[in-house]
Amino acid sequence: MKVVIMGCGRVGAQLAELLDTDDHEVTILDIDAFSFKRLSSTFGGTALIGNGIDQEVLKRAGIEEADVFVAVTQGDNRNIMAAQIAKHIFNVPRVICRIYDPLRKEIYEMLGIEALSPTVVFAQLLREKIETKVK
Amino acid sequence: MYIIIVGGGRVGYYLAKALLSEGHEILIIEKNARFCDLINEEMGSVCYNGDGCEASVLAEVGTNRADLFIAVTGDDEDNLVACQVAKFKFKVPRTIARIRNPQNEALFKKLGIDVPVSATTMILEAIAKEVPTHPLTHLLTLSDKGLEIVEVRILPNAKTIGRSIKSLHLPEETKLALLIPRDGKPIIPASDTVLQSGDQVIALIPPELEEDLRTTLTGI
Repeated sequence: MKVVIMGCGRVGAQLAELLDTDDHEVTILDIDAFSFKRLSSTFGGTALIGNGIDQEVLKRAGIEEADVFVAVTQGDNRNIMAAQIAKHIFNVPRVICRIYDPLRKEIYEMLGIEALSPTVVFAQLLREKIETKVK
Repeated sequence: MYIIIVGGGRVGYYLAKALLSEGHEILIIEKNARFCDLINEEMGSVCYNGDGCEASVLAEVGTNRADLFIAVTGDDEDNLVACQVAKFKFKVPRTIARIRNPQNEALFKKLGIDVPVSATTMILEAIAKEVPTHPLTHLLTLSDKGLEIVEVRILPNAKTIGRSIKSLHLPEETKLALLIPRDGKPIIPASDTVLQSGDQVIALIPPELEEDLRTTLTGI
């Protein structure tokens, strides 16, 4: 699969490495070249400097041929906007977007965006851990 | 009208002032507490300190009864999300978003924003109008009709000088509204009107015919 990832933070870099190991064609975007230091020297994908809410940059990243687009920058709104561009302008078959704010995540899920909220996921995970220890 | 403005920067500030003087009920949502205090000191309690993209903030300021929602922060993505939350969660009938990247105009419309306003485009057009060698200028966009009003200047190097309108075979959807000669009074162009150097032609066209109109009218 061809995957475009926006945001080379800890999550983005980790995901890029995992997908690369699984032999997917990965392109990762970040506005800061410094972020690419998180990628190991064995990373076989493409790292590209640019802002993923700019349609020209997304085209350069090969969004038109991408099977999956993932938005994992620090900014909820940036992720939301990029995800909507990928979905509605470039018709990427699968678009996944990180939204920290649980309320905002709900709204955009209603609008058809596949979203994950680390806030919700992590809180649930912690609850499970705590409650199973008690038992 | 109850109007909510997201962003208390310079645009938000002057916009609020103008709308207040027209007698509207205004609320500004601004993240920066210091900006908020300054606005409240000057205009009375019109500024709420918070994030205008957060549904809880929008619920608190009564967004469901707003008639108009305007997002004018400096970031396109924040303006988009604020307007979408207002529109889709709080059913605000009309949303206006400021955009900086002119490319986002079509995108925002597609994503449900009623009116995207691109200051960049406006500045570029205002400047283009003042550049004398620029043969085509946008005067007005009638976005709901899919039409625009443009001005084409017949420059001295135009290959159509001395030819009549009917001999040019203009695109069918073109309506020539007005011809302003360099000297003399404006006229409504007829099919036998002959183009002269220095003429300004005002036309109503669908945007995609812009290039077509320019080349047919000027021959360049």
